[in-house]
Amino acid sequence: MNPDDWTWVLGIPVLVPFAGAAFTLLLARAPAAQRVVSLVALTIVLLDAVFIGFLSLRGPLILDVGGWAAPVGITLVADRLSALMLMVSVFVTLCVLVYSFTQDLAENQRLPIAVFQPTFLILSAGVSNAFLTGDLFNLYVGFEILLVASFVLITLGSTRERIRSGTVYVIVSVVSSTIFLIALAMVYAALGTVNMAQIAIRASEIDQGTAQLIQVMLFVAFGVKAAIFPLHAWLPDSYPTAPAPVTAVFAGLLTKVGIYAIIRTQTTLFSNSNLNGVLQVFGLVTMIVGIMGAVAQDDIKRLLSFTLVSHIGFMLWGVGIGTLEGLTAAIFYTAHHIIVQTALFLVSGLMERVGGSTSLVRLGSLLKTWPLLGVLFLIPAFNLAGIPPMSGFLGKLGLIEASAAVGRPLDWALVAGGLLTSLLTLYALLRAWSMAFWQPSEDDEVGKPQVPWTMTGATIALVAASLGLTLFAGPIYSYARGGAIELRAQAPYVVAVLPDAERGTGQSHTEAEEEQGTPTTSSTPVVPPLGTPSQSPTSSPTPGGAP
Amino acid sequence: MIDVSPSLALLVLVGVMVGCGTVLVLERSLSRIVIGASLITYGVNVMVLMAGGRAGGPPIIGQTEVADMADPLPQAMVLTAIVIGLALTAFMLTMAYRTWQLNGNDEVQDDREDRRIALAAARDAVAERVTDDSGATLDEQAAIVFDETEDMPAIDVPDVKPERDQPPRGGPQ
Repeated sequence: MNPDDWTWVLGIPVLVPFAGAAFTLLLARAPAAQRVVSLVALTIVLLDAVFIGFLSLRGPLILDVGGWAAPVGITLVADRLSALMLMVSVFVTLCVLVYSFTQDLAENQRLPIAVFQPTFLILSAGVSNAFLTGDLFNLYVGFEILLVASFVLITLGSTRERIRSGTVYVIVSVVSSTIFLIALAMVYAALGTVNMAQIAIRASEIDQGTAQLIQVMLFVAFGVKAAIFPLHAWLPDSYPTAPAPVTAVFAGLLTKVGIYAIIRTQTTLFSNSNLNGVLQVFGLVTMIVGIMGAVAQDDIKRLLSFTLVSHIGFMLWGVGIGTLEGLTAAIFYTAHHIIVQTALFLVSGLMERVGGSTSLVRLGSLLKTWPLLGVLFLIPAFNLAGIPPMSGFLGKLGLIEASAAVGRPLDWALVAGGLLTSLLTLYALLRAWSMAFWQPSEDDEVGKPQVPWTMTGATIALVAASLGLTLFAGPIYSYARGGAIELRAQAPYVVAVLPDAERGTGQSHTEAEEEQGTPTTSSTPVVPPLGTPSQSPTSSPTPGGAP
Repeated sequence: MIDVSPSLALLVLVGVMVGCGTVLVLERSLSRIVIGASLITYGVNVMVLMAGGRAGGPPIIGQTEVADMADPLPQAMVLTAIVIGLALTAFMLTMAYRTWQLNGNDEVQDDREDRRIALAAARDAVAERVTDDSGATLDEQAAIVFDETEDMPAIDVPDVKPERDQPPRGGPQ
């Protein structure tokens, strides 16, 4: 089987959810049919993502969208990092979708399902696009797709509370997108391209001060999305008011898209970066400040939002170490955190459903009401805190080992900060557990829970996946390591996108080849007329622009 | 290749638009924020356009000499950014209208939960909660456990209870 024949599968994670969104909009009056369409669409994408993960073992997979050549046209690239993120994110999205099927039956969390399903699918398409794209401007478009979808989801029902929290979220997101756009203008002005592979080639050739300025701008833009201190304040303010499945998918995916973009910036785009120390300092402060916030909370959803902020610091720490081991641990930790954090938010949704509140002061006796829920909360809680031998422990161990191997004072400070954060995470989550599950309930009217099996099933699936991540930690860790090697080497990515360092596969030809016979830069591209069929890699362009 | 040095007039335009927009975004009224965000977005759009160099002829073969062509790539990007900006502005306006419908104004409000916790911390009050089977709150237990303070003059500890500003259980949001 030749991977080159299968590049079209890269389009599916973006196209199928969009098609599904269109169909679910048409079926707005038939909720059951809507659910079937969404389920089928996301299942196709999940199978496709696993297939992409399999194909990416042999090196980055490239799709020139519409057959247009790389620096001018948009390229979709699936290297191991993208493929792993795609697999995990689509799996989580599917679980949350199943969980949300019966949300509309909950009294206090009614979802307008007609809007929910299409928007949810568009969010999934945006996330997939952000993970797969090999073009910085397309990354911006992917961000906007997922952001606009998230705006609708966070203000579902437009109640007073949701509009209030949604306002903060929307304004912060718009500002961060604007910063990203400014950075894009700077990239194009300085480098004459927005193709990531070409940026990677040219970044070392320009003035290093300019390169660093661009890098800092990108870091700020992605830092807002990833909720890094001091740009994190919007997150605990806005996430908790949304319905449980929405908060869960936001917590799992949206911040990680920011982390993914930071990893790309630090490795693929600007490999000789000297921002690593800055990243580590921000990682340390994010960990500590986030977990301090979590300890102070007495609302389960807000508490989880703060742990989310805190554990973003771990991923920054891994990227900031700047070694292969550090990057490997960061990638593994990101995958682990997506699953575990989403599982915790889904469990908190179940707790709200059974106990009628998210306030830890009001919740109580849940262990008596529903013992299974106590277990479902405790497993991801231990995993997040990093109790051996769970995947959280393995990720943290990887980070600590990588830091110890480098051994600068800042690295040891991070080790100390990381251990303290893990301890406080355990404290905060166990306190929440004992308050919600053990303390006597204020009123004894807590009856037998009536929870639809889809909600329980989806939560169990995610908790099981987090345990699976522990069980198969060896292969997954080595896959992440392969991804880190690929990222640090930079060449596999660049060569795959631009085989001769100037032009990609697909069809388009430079004006130079047509008239002067010398290559020019992408700033004066001449593209083929519409309808020209794409040709096999490295085929010589047709003179005159007509086949 | 056309000249790629930026035009000063455009640069000033970008500066003024982004500067005014920033001031407006820092306001509390949502409609001003919408205007501010739009100003910033349009300023940045001009900036992206500047990144492609000076204006030139239409980039169509046979119509313009290659040396005089404008760079079409930033134009394509700006078109995308304009469409996105339009959608965002529309959404923010809807939100401002909804806020006005709900509250009679369009001001961005503080997070009440955030303030409640900050107030509780300022008062140094322990949340009223029962931690074991005795049924006593932390405050009550502390009074029993630390009996070395018995000899000391009693301090009047006000009985502070956390505010309950959430709607009753199961009620509409």
